Amino acid sequence: MRQENISGNLDWLTIGLYGLMVILGWLNIYAVGYDESVGQSIFTLSLNSGRQLLFIGASLVIILGIIIIDVRFYDAVAYIVYGLLMVILLVMPFFGKEVGGNRAWIGIGSFGVQPSEFAKFATALAVAKYMGSVGFRMDNMRNQAILFALIGLPMALILLQKDTGTALVFSSFLIVFFREGMSPFLIIVGVCAAALFILTLLVPNQWYLHGAIAIVVTILIVMGRKKFRRIALLVVGGLLIMGVIESVDYVITDVLKPHQQNRIKALINPDADPLGYGWNVTQSKIAIGSGGFAGKGFLQGTQTKFDFVPEQSTDFIFCTIGEEEGWLGSVIVIGLFVALLLRILYLGERQKNRFARSYAYSVAAIFFFHFAVNIGMTVGLFPVIGIPLPFFSYGGSSLWAFTALLFILLKIDAHRGQMLQRI
Amino acid sequence: MNEGRKEIFQLLIIVTGIVFAIKLFFIQVLDNRYAQMADSNAIIRQTEYPVRGLITDRNGKLIVYNTPEYKLEVLLKDVTDFDSAKFCRVFGMSREELRATFKAMKARKEFSPYKPTLFLDQLSNVDFARVQDYLDEFPGFYVLARTTRAYTTPALANALGYVSEISKSQLEANKTGIYKQGDYIGQSGIEAFYEEKLRGTRGVRFKLRNVKGIIQGSVENGAYDTLSVPGEDLVTGIDLDLQLYGEFLMKGKAGSIVAIEPATGEILALVSGPSYDPNLLTGRKYSSNFKLISSDSLKPLFNRPLMAQYRPGSIFKIAQAMTALQEGVITPETRIRCDRTIINCHGAHSNEDLRGAIANSCNPYFHQVLRRMLNQGKVNDPYEDTRIGLAEWNKHITSFGFGSPLGIDLPNEKSGLIPSPAYYDVAYRNRPWKFSNIYSIAIGEGENLVVPIQMANFAATVANKGFYYTPHIVKAIGNARLPLPKYRERHYTSIDSSYFRIAADAMQAVVESGTGQYRARLKDVIVCGKTGTVENNPPLFDHSVFIAFAPRVNPRIAVSVYVEDAGQGARAAASIASLMIEKYLFGGTKRPHIEQYVLAGHFEDPKPQ
Repeated sequence: MRQENISGNLDWLTIGLYGLMVILGWLNIYAVGYDESVGQSIFTLSLNSGRQLLFIGASLVIILGIIIIDVRFYDAVAYIVYGLLMVILLVMPFFGKEVGGNRAWIGIGSFGVQPSEFAKFATALAVAKYMGSVGFRMDNMRNQAILFALIGLPMALILLQKDTGTALVFSSFLIVFFREGMSPFLIIVGVCAAALFILTLLVPNQWYLHGAIAIVVTILIVMGRKKFRRIALLVVGGLLIMGVIESVDYVITDVLKPHQQNRIKALINPDADPLGYGWNVTQSKIAIGSGGFAGKGFLQGTQTKFDFVPEQSTDFIFCTIGEEEGWLGSVIVIGLFVALLLRILYLGERQKNRFARSYAYSVAAIFFFHFAVNIGMTVGLFPVIGIPLPFFSYGGSSLWAFTALLFILLKIDAHRGQMLQRI
Repeated sequence: MNEGRKEIFQLLIIVTGIVFAIKLFFIQVLDNRYAQMADSNAIIRQTEYPVRGLITDRNGKLIVYNTPEYKLEVLLKDVTDFDSAKFCRVFGMSREELRATFKAMKARKEFSPYKPTLFLDQLSNVDFARVQDYLDEFPGFYVLARTTRAYTTPALANALGYVSEISKSQLEANKTGIYKQGDYIGQSGIEAFYEEKLRGTRGVRFKLRNVKGIIQGSVENGAYDTLSVPGEDLVTGIDLDLQLYGEFLMKGKAGSIVAIEPATGEILALVSGPSYDPNLLTGRKYSSNFKLISSDSLKPLFNRPLMAQYRPGSIFKIAQAMTALQEGVITPETRIRCDRTIINCHGAHSNEDLRGAIANSCNPYFHQVLRRMLNQGKVNDPYEDTRIGLAEWNKHITSFGFGSPLGIDLPNEKSGLIPSPAYYDVAYRNRPWKFSNIYSIAIGEGENLVVPIQMANFAATVANKGFYYTPHIVKAIGNARLPLPKYRERHYTSIDSSYFRIAADAMQAVVESGTGQYRARLKDVIVCGKTGTVENNPPLFDHSVFIAFAPRVNPRIAVSVYVEDAGQGARAAASIASLMIEKYLFGGTKRPHIEQYVLAGHFEDPKPQ
């Protein structure tokens, strides 16, 4: 094997962005738990910040491992890792440790890991491997079906653990499929369905919607050519949409669990929320809003401590940034994410085979989903979906999974000259 | 065809970033409403404690209710300099206590100056009226209302259990996140078993405050508030009058009374003596009184009906008889000579049939019956034969609910003990054992251990001619008006129903012409019963036991009475059991001399030393 100077080939810009975000995240986790009157140090193990430092230390070990291992390994074991994770997810509802009503954790002493976090990079590897395989064609229905099965399986298994947020993350792979040539039709249908979903919630009586659709269909029939095929298509389409509207109503009232219903309702109308989810969004906005242009200063926040905002150091960590660092700090953090995402796409485009490129896009898509949904929810643009902000949220599993996701890409990228074009 | 697609994703990323930046600019820079709300900290969050469910008896009489109590919370960051001398006067504490309270509060792990923290617990109703007028002089202090338990009578303490603040270890062990420090939780009895039904759901109120910290009203007319949901009410099967009467009769005695309605398994009375007044373990008095009660040498917290494991004595002969009939080793007509050489007996009788043997409680008869049962001659080896016989015997006896907890809806139920071959292997350390080693189980002595509730359940099973509903204390939960599902299932024994008729005949004979005739017989109703006298170490008297059910046809009540250190079963226990039956069926006794006899409590002359 040809010896190479690996450190020279690693993309140090990405590593720099990663390091910066992890350190900023750590400082913010400290700020959440900080209490002036007690004055504990950032290293105190009873604080989240102390434990997060341990998680960061473990991440360094993971990074080292990833870089030492032969690059062909990731390609070779992609399916095995995927299969293993799926089996673990499958047995989680029976053997998992129960935390807050969900069995999503494997307990190791007082720490626990969430396999669902690691399922993300396992799926990314498997999807990339499949898309990079010889003879793969995006426009082949069978190939597409297998791809959807690859992301559908972890989604379903994680839904069984009642972790809707993490399950939704897997929908981000649609971006990868799209990049590699999937017809945009599916995405458009998906977006339309989501729009319809929200519209149904906004309009108090679905008969208004049915009426509107009937009118639109009638106008289209009258205006266009009077061909039977076209008229039939319009009528069937109209009826389909009406069906979707009815099913949305069914989904909202019968399928979604009360807390999920409330999160969606809170987004649309925070005031009409009976169970206090609107309160979460409002409190989150108060915290961020009170930061002003330049923020209250590091450790000076009052709103984001303890009870005011729930799940402060995990899902709502961005509130602390907003409150203590203000608009300026928030925009810098957002800028860091945008820069990282664009850099990953750049890395992806310079790969010489489809495995590597698809993997890079998978990484970007997963990060993007987390970034958009997490910050979106704290500023009130998305429903409250409990997923972490990469590198900032407290927690070992998510940090390790994101780290592995990113550094496998950097490892592959460092060897891009060696990896043969497969197609 | 894929060219241009990478730009779409890049664009999406950049647009998302810009949208976030703009949205943040709106809420952080342009809209200073949020900053004001945060600065003034105008909104505080108050917990509204749910009202715990009420507990009533089978006739709707209230047993447990709630009484208001108030506690003081403090939001330290709002506390300004206040007149501490006045504070101490208003709240009735010394300066040192005030200082200590502050110190203790700050030492708590979850303490923060930014959230309301418990300061003083359990101000009584009277205190509250006085304190309220002064409250605006002490910014940062708030009074919260909640309720504590109160009891209409001093009865049923051990079955009801008590409620107290959740302990640190309980808080750490409970992963549901429902409880917070300072919350009440049921610690024993019904309060613990039905905690999830009784506790209700906590509510939250958001209140607006002005700069001085005075509450101005609710936020947006309470749009964000959640009301607390009261806990579910429980209807017990207890007949409060019967329960009170039972406790009255047991005064000054150690033991238990259990009364069950055979047709449903509902517990009518559950008396544990000695007991305590449940009102001692509520509110502010809890911690000092708990120390007293738990260190009492008479162990009033020991719930005898469920936790005391006694040798059952001669009441066990009923179960032996039915097992032997089922195994076919005797018939009702089988006569056995009262040979008192191996095992002692009492009274004048010599060669009884089964009914006569039960009525006279003949020990040699049942010694012989057990021998026939354990040594049926299925194999030649007498040791192996006993093993086979004992395993079969154990199967029948345990089918009555003996030897394992019945599954009553109260915590800490004990199992008792019905020996099995494996048990004797351990007891004899794998040395061989046979009938002659273990025969004392024949008459309910030896290794047998039975819990009083199992005795009453046994009486109910005979009353039902072969099945029982697991005894339970709560007959209806909340609006469902039903007990838990497992209390609606019948459990059948391994004995044919026809043998229960023979058992009931014999028990009727016990009361009409046998050992129970003097104190258990009632004029207006046929009582079926069985006495038991359990050996005790001299100079203490034997334990007095009685089980009974009545009426013979369509039985309405099954009772077990166990009085420790009170002598023959035909005296204390038979008297108490018959009085309980009389009270339940007729509302009171027509035999004041028996009641007097029980209350006087001199059942035996002191044994000659």
